[in-house]
Amino acid sequence: MAASHAHNDHHDHHHHEESFVSKYIFSMDHKMISKQFLITAIFMGVVAMMLSIFFRLQLGWPNESFGILSTFLGEKWAPGGVLSENMYLGLVTIHGTIMVFFLLTGGLSGTFSNLLIPLQIGARDMASGFLNMLSFWFFALSSVIMLFSMFVESGPAMAGWTIYPPLSALEQAVDGSGLGMTLWLVSMAIFIASSLLGSLNYIVTILNLRTVGMKMTRMPLTIWAFFVTAILGVLSFPVLLSAVLLLIMDRTFGTSFYLSDIIVNGEMLDSTGGSPILYQHLFWFLGHPEVYIVLLPALGLTSEIIATNSRKPIFGYRAMIGSILAIGFLSFIVWGHHMFVTGMNPFLGGVFVFTTLLIAIPSAVKVFNYITTLWKGNIRYTPAMMFSVGLVSTFITGGVTGIILADSALDIAVHDTYFVVGHFHIVMGMSAVFGMFAGVYHWFPKMYGRMMNTKMGYAHFWLTIVSGYGVFFPMHYVGLNGAPRRYYNYTNFEFLDQTIDLNQLISIFAIIGALAQIIFLVNFFYSIWRGQKATENPWKSNTLEWTTPVEHVHGNWHGAIPEVHRWPYDYSKPDADGNLWDGKDFTPQNVPLRPGEEDH
Amino acid sequence: MDRLIILIVVILGIIGIAQLLRNYELATALRGRREEDISHKDNSMQATLMIVFMVAFYVFFAWLSYAYGGNRFGLGPAASVHGEQTDWLLDLNLWIITAVFLLCNTLLFVFAFKYFYREDRQAYWFPHDNKLEMIWTVIPAIVLAVIIILGLKTWVNTMYPEDADSSKAVKIELYSKQFAWECRYGGEANGELANNDYKLKFGNTTDVITDSTINVAIASYDEAIKKETDKMNNNAEFMADWEFKETEGKIWKYKRIRSRLLAMTDGYSKEHLDSITKIANDDYYATEIHLIKGQRYDFRFRSMDVIHSAYMPHFRLQMNTVPGEPTRFSMTPTITTKEMRKIMGENFNFLLLCNKICGSGHYKMKMDIIVHDTKKSAGYAEWLAANTTIGGYSPANDINDIDFLYWTQTAENGLTDETKAVYKAVYESNFGAEERKAFEAQQVKEGK
Repeated sequence: MAASHAHNDHHDHHHHEESFVSKYIFSMDHKMISKQFLITAIFMGVVAMMLSIFFRLQLGWPNESFGILSTFLGEKWAPGGVLSENMYLGLVTIHGTIMVFFLLTGGLSGTFSNLLIPLQIGARDMASGFLNMLSFWFFALSSVIMLFSMFVESGPAMAGWTIYPPLSALEQAVDGSGLGMTLWLVSMAIFIASSLLGSLNYIVTILNLRTVGMKMTRMPLTIWAFFVTAILGVLSFPVLLSAVLLLIMDRTFGTSFYLSDIIVNGEMLDSTGGSPILYQHLFWFLGHPEVYIVLLPALGLTSEIIATNSRKPIFGYRAMIGSILAIGFLSFIVWGHHMFVTGMNPFLGGVFVFTTLLIAIPSAVKVFNYITTLWKGNIRYTPAMMFSVGLVSTFITGGVTGIILADSALDIAVHDTYFVVGHFHIVMGMSAVFGMFAGVYHWFPKMYGRMMNTKMGYAHFWLTIVSGYGVFFPMHYVGLNGAPRRYYNYTNFEFLDQTIDLNQLISIFAIIGALAQIIFLVNFFYSIWRGQKATENPWKSNTLEWTTPVEHVHGNWHGAIPEVHRWPYDYSKPDADGNLWDGKDFTPQNVPLRPGEEDH
Repeated sequence: MDRLIILIVVILGIIGIAQLLRNYELATALRGRREEDISHKDNSMQATLMIVFMVAFYVFFAWLSYAYGGNRFGLGPAASVHGEQTDWLLDLNLWIITAVFLLCNTLLFVFAFKYFYREDRQAYWFPHDNKLEMIWTVIPAIVLAVIIILGLKTWVNTMYPEDADSSKAVKIELYSKQFAWECRYGGEANGELANNDYKLKFGNTTDVITDSTINVAIASYDEAIKKETDKMNNNAEFMADWEFKETEGKIWKYKRIRSRLLAMTDGYSKEHLDSITKIANDDYYATEIHLIKGQRYDFRFRSMDVIHSAYMPHFRLQMNTVPGEPTRFSMTPTITTKEMRKIMGENFNFLLLCNKICGSGHYKMKMDIIVHDTKKSAGYAEWLAANTTIGGYSPANDINDIDFLYWTQTAENGLTDETKAVYKAVYESNFGAEERKAFEAQQVKEGK
C-alpha cells in the first residue's frame, strides 16, 4: 500500500492516505465496489452451481445414494446419501433465487455498471459514492441471509424461486415455508433496497456526469444498456417489494391478501377474500422486466466487445439503442404470459400474446445487427470475443423457443414443463452468464491491472458452451415429452420413460460444465496476483476507460477528464482514399476530428 | 478416507493447473509475448473450432430429434379436439423457429469462421444501412403477424370451443389437495355441479352445500367451540400462557367461521334449500375419471390448500387450480384408451398430473383417466354403478336412457351379474312393463 501510495502521490491531487478498511471494505470508490460485487457474485454463483449439481444427481440417477450429498446436506436432508423430497425442492428454490438475483442481477449489473459507467462516460466517480457503498453492503447482507437460510432446522424456502402463495404463505404446507421462507423474504427485501440504491445512482450518474462532448448519442452501447436496465429496476423492483411485504403480512400478521378458502394439512383457516393470483401479477410485474434486467447488461457488454474485436463499428448503432428502448418499454406489458393457465380472462391472455410476440422484433434486430457486425470484420479471438459469439448463439437458440411459449394456445401444452426450463436457461442463464464471462475477460485488465490467461480462457469457453448446450438443449425434448418441472423423479410414469435417459445425459453434461468452471476460477484468482501486467489499452479500444492509468486512482484520471469528440465505434474507419486514418484501425473517443474527417 | 483422497486429488489438481499457468507465463515472458496479442495460429484455430462446433451442434440436434422426436416426442398424438389444433400450430411454429435457428446460427458461425483476424486485411467500414435494417424489421414483423393471428385463432377456439352440443356437456369438478385429486361428476339426474363452501368440510367429508351438510357443520362448530371452552374453563390454572392464548384463538376462529356460515345460509328459504340439495344429491365422487369419446366435458377446477395445476398432457390440457378462485376448461376427447394403447403400448393410461409446485409429494400426484368409445364399452357401466352419489345411492339409479338400460340386460354385454342386477332394478323402476316390452320388441325387430 505504501508503495502504491508513493507511486500515485505525484500524480493525484485528490489522493489521501487510506486505511485498509476504507480502501478494501467500506470503500466508496466505484472500481473497488465493482470488484466487491464481482467477488461476492462469483462466490454466490459457485454455491448455486453446486446446489444444481446436487439435484442433478438425483434427477440423473433417481434415488441412488451419493456420499457427497450426505457430506454436504447431512443425514437429515440426504438420509443414506439419497436426497430427500423436501430438500430437492429447497435446492431448486435456492439455486434459482441465487442465480437470478444474486449472480445475474447483483453480480452483472453491480459489477459492470459500477465499473464502466463512470469510466466510459468520463466521470470521476458515481454521483453518490456513499449510496454506492450502501448498495454493495445491502447486497452482501442479503447474500449472507440467503445463505444462512439454508442452515435453519426446517430447511430453506421450498416453494420455487417464484414463491407462489399459498405454498409460501403457510408453514403447514411445506417445511421450508417456516423460518426458511421468512429469511428468504427478509433477504429479498434487503436485496431490493440494494438494487434500488444502485439503480438510482446509475441513472443520476449517466444523466448528469457525462464529460464534455459525451452526448447521449455518443455513449457506448454498454452505457445505454445499463441506463435502461437501471430504469427497469427502479420501476419494477418496488412492485416486488410490495408483493414481498404483503406476503410477510399474510404470514405474520394474519392478513389475507393472498389467502382464501383454505384447509391446509387438516387445519381450517378463516382467511377469505384474498387472491393468490394477485401475488403472481405483482411478482411477474417485476419478474418479466427482470429477465431484461439480467439480459440487457449482457447484451450491452457484448455489443462493445464484438465491435472492438471485430475491428468494425457495431452495425446500426441507433437501431441498437432503439431496440434496447423498445425491449425496455415492452418488457413492462408482457408479464401476463407467465399466467396464461391461471384462469385469467382469455381476452387478456390474447393481449399478452400480442405484446409478448412484439418483443421478438427488437430482439431479432439485435441479432441481425450482431451478425452483420461480424460480416467482413477482422475478428480477433480473445476469450471475451469467444464468449460474445457464444452469447449471440445462445440468444438465438433460446430466443426462438420463446415464440412457442408466448403463444397462449401452445403454452397450455408446454407451460411449466422442461421446455420452459430449457428455454429460460439458454436465453437467460447461458446468455447472461456468457455476457458476464465476456465482461470479466475483457475488463479484467481494467479491474486488476493484469491480464487473464488466454489459452485457459479458450478451454473454459469450449467446455462451457458444449456442456451448457448439452444440459439445456435436450431439456426441450424432455418438456415436449410432457415432463413437468420440479418433479423429484420421473420414474412413476411410463410415458416419461424416454426422459430418464435424457436426464442422465443432462446430468453428465452438468457435472462437466461445473468442473469446467474450476478452470475459470483458477485463471481468475491466479491472474489477480500473478497475471501478466496489463498495458493501458490492451484491446486497442476506443472507449474512455482505456485512457485511464492501469493502476487505480481516485478520480480515475490523473489530470483533466478527457473530452469526447466522436462516437465510440470508429474502428477501421477509412479516409477519403479508403485507407485507415493514421494507419491505425481504431480512433479513441477523445481524439478530435481530423481535418477532412466527418463525424459519424 | 475416500473423501480425503478426493479432496487431496482436487487440491493437487488445482496446484498443478496453477503451476502450469506459472510455467506458461514465464515462457511467454521470455519470448516477450503479450497476452492480448492473439497469434494468427490461435485466431485461425478458434475460427475453425467455431465451424466444428456448429456442425457438432447440428448433429446433436439431428440426433435428439431422431432419437427422441418420434411419436410427437414420445407423448403420442393429441387426444382431444382442441389438442389437434394445438399440435398443428405447434408443428408449424417448430418448423418456423427451426428455420430461424438454423439460419441465424449458421450465419453467425460461418462469419465467425470466415472473417478471423489477418494482419493484411482491413475490416469493412459498414456502420449502418437503413434499407437493410428496414428489411429485417419488416420480415420478422410479418412472420410474427402470421404467428400471432394463427395463435389467437387457436386460443379462441380452445377457450371458447364452438360445439353444437355444448348444452349437453358433462360437468366435472377436479378438486386438488396435497397430494391427491378428487373428482366429482355433476350427476346423471340433473348434470349440474352443486356449489361448495370450504367451511362445510368440518364434520362433513364433502363441502358441497346441502341441507344436511350445513346442519352437520354448524353442529360440529358448536361442539368444537364447547370442547375448547370446557378445556379452558376446567384446566385454566394448569395451562401455560401460550396454550391459553392458542385455545382462545381457536375458539374465536371457530366462532368467526360459524357466524359467516350462518350469515351465508340465513337467507336460504326452505324452497331454495330443497332445490340446492336436489342439485347436490345426484353428484358423485369418483377415484378415476371416465370419459366418453366425442362427448364434451366442462371441467371446473378448485383447490383446497395451495395452487396446483391440472395437467393432462395427452389432451394438451392444463389449468391451474387456485384456492378461492374456481377455474374452467372444456375438452372433447377424440381417442379412446384402447386406441391409444395400440399406439403407445399395452400399459398406457391417460393421466391427470400436477404441474405446479405444491410440496413434497408434487411428483406423484396423479389420477387415471379412461376414455371409452361409448357408454356401452367395457368397464364404463360397472364403474358408474359402483360409485355413490352424495344422496347416498348409485348414480346408475338416475339413468333415463332406455336404450342403454336395455343393453345392460342383454346377454353378450360382458357385465357381471351384480352390475346387471343394479341396472335391472333401475330399468324396471324407471320404465313401466309395457314401455319396456314395446322397446324390446322394437330392438328385436331391428335385429339388435
